[in-house]
Amino acid sequence: MSTDVKTIPQAEHVAPDGVKLPVYMDNHATTPMDPRVLEEMLPYFMEKFGNAASRNHSFGWAGEEGVETARERVAKLVGATTKEIIFTSGATESDNLAIKGVAEMYKEKGNHIITAVTEHKAVLDTCKRLEKYGYRVTYLPVQKDGLVDLEDLKRAMDDKTILVTIMWANNEIGVLQPVAEIGKLCRERGIIFHTDATQAVGKIPVDVNKNNIDVMSISAHKMYGPKGVGALYVRRKNPRVQISAIIDGGGHERGMRSGTLNVPGIVGLGKACAIASEEMAKESCKLAGLRNRLRDKIMGGLDEVYINGSWEHRLPGNLNISFAYVEGESLLMGINDIAVSSGSACTSATLEPSYVLKALGTGDDLAHSSIRFGLGRFNTEAEVDYVADRVVETVSRLRELSPLYEMAKEGVDLKSVKWAAE
Amino acid sequence: MAYSDKVLDHYSNPRNVGSLDKNSSEVGTGLVGAPECGDVMKLQIKVNPQTNVIEDAKFKTFGCGSAIASSSLATEWVKGKTVDEALQIKNTEIVKELSLPPVKIHCSVLAEDAIRAAIHDWKKKQDVAKPATVAAQ
Repeated sequence: MSTDVKTIPQAEHVAPDGVKLPVYMDNHATTPMDPRVLEEMLPYFMEKFGNAASRNHSFGWAGEEGVETARERVAKLVGATTKEIIFTSGATESDNLAIKGVAEMYKEKGNHIITAVTEHKAVLDTCKRLEKYGYRVTYLPVQKDGLVDLEDLKRAMDDKTILVTIMWANNEIGVLQPVAEIGKLCRERGIIFHTDATQAVGKIPVDVNKNNIDVMSISAHKMYGPKGVGALYVRRKNPRVQISAIIDGGGHERGMRSGTLNVPGIVGLGKACAIASEEMAKESCKLAGLRNRLRDKIMGGLDEVYINGSWEHRLPGNLNISFAYVEGESLLMGINDIAVSSGSACTSATLEPSYVLKALGTGDDLAHSSIRFGLGRFNTEAEVDYVADRVVETVSRLRELSPLYEMAKEGVDLKSVKWAAE
Repeated sequence: MAYSDKVLDHYSNPRNVGSLDKNSSEVGTGLVGAPECGDVMKLQIKVNPQTNVIEDAKFKTFGCGSAIASSSLATEWVKGKTVDEALQIKNTEIVKELSLPPVKIHCSVLAEDAIRAAIHDWKKKQDVAKPATVAAQ
């Protein structure tokens, strides 16, 4: 018996009313700038172009004023004081400065660092480099839901541990780590706690005191600010944390980060934080609503769809799902009028599927089949409906093409098949 | 990544999607790749026992767009060829036809493997079938 599958050729898609194609739904990669941020930055390119470090003329003073207003706004959003905010070129630099800066400053005290396997590469690769310099690094596993087990953390801590660095919100699966509890464990043992809060700040309430944070990385372009600017929070008291600089020079930013300040960028970061302070509560409700709508529509239209990571402890705008029997890149090709990311190896430079999903125990097959939807401030309900329809239609089409789907429907246990891999 | 027009065409309008009866003595089935590697191709051929000409070919593929295009193209190319002619198809010809970039060459290799596996399966069936026929007479 032969079966002929009439695959529906991919149709040209017409955007429904209120939807402009392509739809951007990759807000964990970066966000568009809020027009209010751009407006605030513009004077600092031409009129107020002064070097914020020029102390003896009005051009410098104008620049400095812009920077200090921004510093207040960043500090306010995260519950810090202005002297605890150091401006950097972004979260990668902030992570490097935090980890390398603490490692060097406290090397007499110990040489052990604890992190987790699902961290961003800016943290993991920084830790790997420190291993070459004689530091000892523990990479904690995560549980099936993506969360670090606090008992594992306690067991990993010893009297040589100087730093724990664990991210607040994961960039792929949006899972939120129990930072307040982690911070408490660190505080009790006199260990410094750094958190990469790139995806969290501006999206969920972040308070460095309530959450026992000592050092924290912040990025502007993940919260509707400009690229190339970020900040590092460094606690000044209870306890006072010191870090060694990794960029030497004119002694800017209280000696912790030399280099002429990126005044327009910093002003933009400040404005982005001010907007977040005002609008975050309302915005996160809206995003969670849109995200849940997307999930419900997709799961209502397809079987064998799996959510990756904890649903409960998750950023409001994140949805990371695996579509069994469909490879991620081919799915992205089919929804090429929608900008999202895939954990498939084919979309990465390394040809390895997502290490974050693998760490959750997701099989390589499902990691290849994963898509990350990142909803943001400018997404609409009409866009969500369009995206859900397109995803359901494309996954259905590709499953008709998939030998794995056919085998699964015939009752073949794919795990027991002896694959003739290359 | 930018896809060539031919890859996009095969992806959007794949040729010869479907399945043939894998238990038929005229059908050879090749199943290559592994889900963990992100590519699985099933390619089937139906061979005329008198002429050894491949009269029909079907495929199903789990994989990226280039893998789908490579297997779709492979079914087009094997149809009408004898099994010996089909064995001459080289992955490099698929690479050239679809303008595959270096990172996608493995897709063409897999398609060539799928053709060989299908022919191998068919040949195995013929070897088993022949002595049986003789015995029956």
